[in-house]
Amino acid sequence: MKKIVVLMCAWVLSFSAWSQLNIVITEGVDNATPIAIVPFKWQGEGFFPGEITEVINADLRRSGKFNPISMARMPQFPNKVEEVKYQAWVDKGINTIVVGSINEVGASRYRIDYAVVDTLKGAELAGDSQILKDGQLVSAQAHIIAARSLTISGDQYRQFAHRISDVIYEALTGQKGAFLTRIAYVVVKDRKTHDLPYQLVIADYDGENETRLLSSPEPLMSPSWSPDGNKLAYVSFENGRSQIFVQDIYTMNRVKITDFKGINGAPRFSPDGNKLAMVLSKDGNPEIYVIDITTRELSRITRHRAIDTEPSWTPDGQNLIFSSDRGGKPQIYRVNLATKRVKRLTFEGEMNLGGTITPDGSELVLVNRTNGNYHIARQNLSDGAMQVLTKTFLDESPSIAPNGSMIIYSTLHEGTQVLSLVSLDGRFKARLPAVEGQIKAPSWSPFLM
Amino acid sequence: MKTSTSLRALFVAVPVLTMMACSSGPSEAELAAERNRIAAEQAAAQKAAEEANQARVKAEAAQRLAQAEEMVKQERAALEAEQTVYFDFDRSTIKSDYYSVLDKHAAFLVKNPNQTVTVQGHTDSRGTPEYNIALGERRAQAVETYLLNAGVSASQITVVSFGEEKPAVSGTSEYAMAQNRRAVVVY
Repeated sequence: MKKIVVLMCAWVLSFSAWSQLNIVITEGVDNATPIAIVPFKWQGEGFFPGEITEVINADLRRSGKFNPISMARMPQFPNKVEEVKYQAWVDKGINTIVVGSINEVGASRYRIDYAVVDTLKGAELAGDSQILKDGQLVSAQAHIIAARSLTISGDQYRQFAHRISDVIYEALTGQKGAFLTRIAYVVVKDRKTHDLPYQLVIADYDGENETRLLSSPEPLMSPSWSPDGNKLAYVSFENGRSQIFVQDIYTMNRVKITDFKGINGAPRFSPDGNKLAMVLSKDGNPEIYVIDITTRELSRITRHRAIDTEPSWTPDGQNLIFSSDRGGKPQIYRVNLATKRVKRLTFEGEMNLGGTITPDGSELVLVNRTNGNYHIARQNLSDGAMQVLTKTFLDESPSIAPNGSMIIYSTLHEGTQVLSLVSLDGRFKARLPAVEGQIKAPSWSPFLM
Repeated sequence: MKTSTSLRALFVAVPVLTMMACSSGPSEAELAAERNRIAAEQAAAQKAAEEANQARVKAEAAQRLAQAEEMVKQERAALEAEQTVYFDFDRSTIKSDYYSVLDKHAAFLVKNPNQTVTVQGHTDSRGTPEYNIALGERRAQAVETYLLNAGVSASQITVVSFGEEKPAVSGTSEYAMAQNRRAVVVY
C-alpha cells in the first residue's frame, strides 16, 4: 500500500505544473479496474494546444473506479479500432482500451475521433470478424462499447476532454459522469498577514480554472449552487454580521437576500431553484426558514427552542432534513414542508450533523461523531444502517457529486484544513492539498451540460 | 437706583468744577478727557479680568471633563483587558469564575448608558461550521442575558456569532480549542 502512495505522489508531481489542487490518492487504487487510454494520434501541422489523454487519465483515476495504466505498460499504440491487437491487451490483463485521433480541420478547430473498445470481446470475435463484417454489422461491432466524433476549438480542450471522460465513464459504469462539474469553496489565508483573508473561490472539479468570486476581511461561509449552475448562495460577514447573498458567477451580479438580526445562515437552493432554505435566529434562536427568491415571502418551517440548522432539500423538494439538538445532542431530522411534521432520522453515535440526501434519494450522507471522532458517514434511508466512510481528522461539510458517486468534504491534514474525496462506497479516498491557507466549505455543482 | 444717585452727584460736582475752572488749573475739556481715559482704562482692566476668569473656568471645566473621559477610558481599557469568557466543550453556560468580570462590565455599561458593546460568540473547530454558528450565538446570548440581568439596557448590546470562523489560536491542541471556545465583549 505504501508503495502505491509513493507512486501516486510521483504521478501527481508530473501534473503539478498545471494543477491548482494536486490530488493524492490515499486509498482505493487496488479496487480500480485497469484501463488504457492510448495517447490520441495528432494529425496536423504544429502542435495540438493541450494534452487530451492526460486529462482523461486524471479524470478516470479520480473517479476511483478506474486505474489508467502508464504508457510503459501498453503493448502497442493503436489509434483506431482496426489497429487494435486484442489478444496483446488481454494478455496484459487490460480489458478496456480507448483509442483515438485528433485532426486539424481549420484555424484552431479540431476533430476528435475516439472509441472505447472491449479487448476481451474483440479477442473472441477476432477470428470471425471478416464474416461478421460482411453479414451482421451489429455483432461485428459488439466489441466497440462506444465510438464518437466531435469537433472542438483549441481553447476548450479541457472541457471536451472532460466530456470524453463522461462518455467513457457512462459507457462502462452505466452511471452519468461528473467530470464536467465545478466546486465552490472558501479559502482562509493567514489573518495576520492578509488584509482580505477570506476568499470565495470556484474551480473545475479537478481544481483547474480557479476563479475568485470575492475577497473579504470578514468570514465567508456556506457556498451553495443553484440547480442551473449559474449562481451561488453564500453567507458573508463583510458588514460585521451575517447576511445571505446570491451571486451570479458569470455576470458577478449579486443580491442581498436576508439581513435579519442574529444568524442569517446555511442557504440552500430548492431543487427547482425558486426558493432558498436557510437558518434565521431573528426571533431568538436558530430556526429553519424557506424564502421565495422572487417574492421574498418567508415561511418558518421549524418551531423549537433548540438549535435547528443545516437545512438540505430532499431531491423531490417536498422535505427538508436538518440538524437539531432538541434531543440533547445534535441529530438529523426530516420535516415535511406541507405538514411540518418532524421525524428523527439518526440514532447512532454521539452526534450526527450536516446531512445531505444522495441524488437518488436512497442514502443520507452526514458527519458522525463517535468516541469523539468526527467522520463522514452514510446511512441507508430504508434500513437505517450506518457506514462510516472516512478515517481522517475533524471531517466536516460533506457535499455529494451530482451523480452520487463521490463526496467532497473538508478535513484537517497535518494542521491544515484541506479538501478530501471519498467514494460513496468508502473504497476510494483522495486528498486535495491546499496551496496556501485553509480550504473549507466545499460545494459540488450540479451537472453543467 | 444706584445710577440715579451717581447722576445726582455729577450734577453737584459739575457746577463746582466749573467754578474752579473759572479761577485756575486745567480746562474743563482736559478734565473730561482725563475722566474718560481713566474710565476706559478701568473698563478694559475689568474686561480683561473677566475674560481671564472665564478662560480659567472654561479650562478647569475642560480639564474636569478630560479627567472624567480619561477615567472612563481607563475604566474601559481595564475592562477590555478582561473581555473574554471561556466555555466548556459544546456548552454555553457561564462559569461562576467569570461573574465578577461580567459584573464589572455591567456596572460600567449601566453608568455609561450611551456606551454600546458587541458580544461576539466563538467555538472551537470541532463539529460543523453551521452548528458552531448556532453554538457561538448561544454563548454570546448567555453573556447578553447576564448583562441584561445586571441592569444593562438591551439597546446597548448587539450579539454576533462567528462560530469557528475566527479562532483566537489556530490549531487543534486542547489549549487552542479551549482558547477558542469563548465570548468576547467588544467596545
